[in-house]
Amino acid sequence: MRLRSLQIILWIAATAAVVAFSAMRWWPATDDSAAAASAFNPAFALADSQGSIRTAAEFRGKFLLVFFGFTSCPDVCPTTLAEVAQVMDDLGSDAESVQPIFISIDPERDRRLGLADYTKAFHPMILGLAGSEAETQSAAASFKIFYEREADTSSPNGYTMAHSPGLYLIGPDGAWLRQFTYGTPAADILSDLQSRF
Amino acid sequence: MKHFLLAAALILSAPAVMACETVTIGDLTIEHAWSKATIGAGRPGVFYVEITNAGSVDDALIGIATPAAAMPMLHETVVKDGIASMPHAMSIPIPAGQNVQLSPGGYHGMLMGLTTALKEGDSFPITLSFEKAGEVTVNVDVLSLRAEGPDCADAGQ
Repeated sequence: MRLRSLQIILWIAATAAVVAFSAMRWWPATDDSAAAASAFNPAFALADSQGSIRTAAEFRGKFLLVFFGFTSCPDVCPTTLAEVAQVMDDLGSDAESVQPIFISIDPERDRRLGLADYTKAFHPMILGLAGSEAETQSAAASFKIFYEREADTSSPNGYTMAHSPGLYLIGPDGAWLRQFTYGTPAADILSDLQSRF
Repeated sequence: MKHFLLAAALILSAPAVMACETVTIGDLTIEHAWSKATIGAGRPGVFYVEITNAGSVDDALIGIATPAAAMPMLHETVVKDGIASMPHAMSIPIPAGQNVQLSPGGYHGMLMGLTTALKEGDSFPITLSFEKAGEVTVNVDVLSLRAEGPDCADAGQ
């Protein structure tokens, strides 16, 4: 009889533990995904090379491949844009479901140097955007990326830009999906995209 | 003068296999010198190369000079804590017995103040200054904007 009470107590304890464990697992997970969905809906409102304001909302229904950079960047930016261009070529007819976007973090100088000439030299589908300083900062903040102007006498005009070099994928519903870190081969980006169509 | 013009003509008409040529100075072997086409002359060009030190003494690349750009400098792309920056490299170590690549995402020459836009198929000379081996001039092939490296039979890309 003593053994039976012990069994009952143990069963109650085990059930309570399972309930508590599930609650701990379940609630934070729900919180996280809800927070990710609401906090990570990157937005931007930036001028294209024609001066028209383009927003994230107008591209709903398409995947966005977004890269922040500057056109006086000789190494990192051309490497990533060349990869994006390769991905767009390799997508074939699926390319129309993907909009690649280059957001200038050095907008004043890039507008002067010519943004469209630059993006088109890599791929005609890449859309170059260069807003005001404030608009650029707000776009970067919504993508949770960092950039800063660094004084450098050994660079053109005496400064260069330090920035997050990742490539960001936004879904057709506008939600942030993932980052491709700098140096991810074009073939890996392509197969990730193809798995989502 | 005649020789100079002939030399200049040869350089300008050089075929696209130049990046695959190998130049040696002392114990150093320099190969796969290439650059990428630029959009206009207002943005800097880039210079990549591969250097092998077959000797037993460490050396270092301390400078580059070229008629193609007013201000060529050595830089390094550094990605730290998710941020890419491009500090000026005072010198690039070429340790004894090692192979060092100036390649996309790492060390590179930054060619500022381009004399003219670099076009795919062009080539230009660049003089590398080494701390110990001295100076040597190599021809740099301008590849497409989307190139990842020269297409040489022996290229270890």
